Amino acid sequence: MTVLDTRHPAVSPPRRGRAPRRGGGGGAAGYLFVAGYAILLLAFGVFPTGYAFYLALTNDKGQFTGINQFLKVAQDYRFVPAFTNILVYLAMWLIILVVLTVLVAVVLRSRMRPGLSALFRFLYYIPGALAGVASVLVWLFMLDPDVSPASWLLDAFGLHSFAAVLAPGHLPVIFFLIAFWTGAGGWIVVMYGALNNIPDEVLEAARMDGAGPWKTAWHIQIPMIRQWIAYMTILAFAAGTQLFVEPQLLQTASLGRVSPTWSPNQLAYVFAFQQGDFNGAAAISVFLLALGLICAGLLVARSNLFTLDEK
Amino acid sequence: MTHTPTTPTTTPTTPATPAAPATAAPATARRGAPSRAMSLLIICVLLAVLLVFFILPVIWLLLAPSKTADQMVHNSPLSFGSFGQIATAWKHLFSFQSGAMLVWLRNSAVYSGGSLVLTLVTSIPAGYALALTKFRGRKTLLVITLVTMIMPSATLVLPIFLELNQFHLIGTVWSVILPFSFYPFGVYLVYIYFATSLPREILAAARIDGASQWQIFTRIALPLAKPVVGLVAFFSFVGNWNNFFLPYLVLPNSDEFPVQVGLNQLLSSTPSFNPVAGAGLNITIPELALAIIVAILPVLVLFLFSQRTLVSGMLAGSTKE
Repeated sequence: MTVLDTRHPAVSPPRRGRAPRRGGGGGAAGYLFVAGYAILLLAFGVFPTGYAFYLALTNDKGQFTGINQFLKVAQDYRFVPAFTNILVYLAMWLIILVVLTVLVAVVLRSRMRPGLSALFRFLYYIPGALAGVASVLVWLFMLDPDVSPASWLLDAFGLHSFAAVLAPGHLPVIFFLIAFWTGAGGWIVVMYGALNNIPDEVLEAARMDGAGPWKTAWHIQIPMIRQWIAYMTILAFAAGTQLFVEPQLLQTASLGRVSPTWSPNQLAYVFAFQQGDFNGAAAISVFLLALGLICAGLLVARSNLFTLDEK
Repeated sequence: MTHTPTTPTTTPTTPATPAAPATAAPATARRGAPSRAMSLLIICVLLAVLLVFFILPVIWLLLAPSKTADQMVHNSPLSFGSFGQIATAWKHLFSFQSGAMLVWLRNSAVYSGGSLVLTLVTSIPAGYALALTKFRGRKTLLVITLVTMIMPSATLVLPIFLELNQFHLIGTVWSVILPFSFYPFGVYLVYIYFATSLPREILAAARIDGASQWQIFTRIALPLAKPVVGLVAFFSFVGNWNNFFLPYLVLPNSDEFPVQVGLNQLLSSTPSFNPVAGAGLNITIPELALAIIVAILPVLVLFLFSQRTLVSGMLAGSTKE
């Protein structure tokens, strides 16, 4: 998984109802404290975003071209397949991630001795150390029937050669497997921690009312951790739209059987570095950015996730 | 117990309709043993399948370097070869391009270490100031930080590349260290930590005693912030060590690669995946597997050591003693 990585678990929405009373600390000191970060934020957050928009709205001579760059890339024959690929992958990744991590966390929290549950969490979590290139390489081997320890399973699906495994239709599943393998364990740990924060009295009350473990999970535990679920969905979505290293390596390893423009990020890369069209590449980036921000915005608004302290 | 960085998190804002289950529950609870046994069975199967899914590839990876490429194909995938073979694979791997692997590892250490220092130096004071001081533009800074946090950051890699190009930084260590050092998530973590778990009375008392802002920060806030500093350091280091896209773009030469990009080069030199370019090289699957292990070793060690904090105490209250 890429850059900012999905596992950023320990963040917590600020406590509500206890707006921090900021002491009367002077303004000047505040500026000094944030200066270093503010410079980095401007240089590598704000400026590149603005620059991407500028590039997307102009041509290589710097002339303003309106939405022409967007039209140009959207009409490119590789554009729709790349975005379709990523959406299929995202749908599968997000749905299975949410269902399984929440389910497993509930089971580990309510149905198991704490020691055993800690062992399970640790073992599920370990592949997280192999995020990035390492995970892709490991899965290249897992999916190569010649060396895979699960070749019997591949055989059962009628996949007898590496080439058969890499058929275009299988790619979203492969990328899902890689992402789930490295990412899910960390999220199970986070969900478990969130469930653990629910006061015992609440669960006890439910039990007294006769609710079984599933009822309790569905009506009490899951609604109470929904901010965390939204948080996970946003970060997993953001990471998912960025797919680059996985298809890129698979392309190398498959000797070109996998399209070099499988994901939008790869397409942007090809536009920029093989066609020398940075404006087109920026337009693709802006599409991705818009997609990410719209979805994040919806989730944030619906789950009041990032309640700022002023609330 | 494990001291934890964040405060109780999902403050029970919604006490989630406690009435709902009460009505339907008694009837279903008595639905008898078979269905309960069934659901128990499903749970066990699910946990076991997931366990195999998560752990089997790791075990395979650890065993792979002990075998020859030929044994990998013909022996059982989970068999152990010999220690001698590990030594051979090690020799092959580290003689690849006369020791490129070592250069890559050193580069990774420089990039991740350098940006770790810069990240801590910038994000901790910033998070502190956002939480505990007042200044004009504070709210704006906070909002921008949140937005950048949820922004798909790889989409900014191309404009950052062009920006670095303008400043003639492409191919230098700074082209990686500087963008890596920008870590809004770290700022947000520190902000949350200080905003929610630093007793304000202490700060007020210090101020009455005449301590300056700087003294309050270094003598009071920092010592109390150890857990969150550790957490930011962990995520920053792991994320940067594993990053591929940015260094892949901004570092053109093999002797500048971090190990992640180096792995990519090894992959294209493996005969099993690239019969043309890889012909005649000693980099086969066991060597590649060993390279993966070596490349992730620092992160794996961090994982094992921080296991206790991360797995058991990632969130406050997860250990309820």
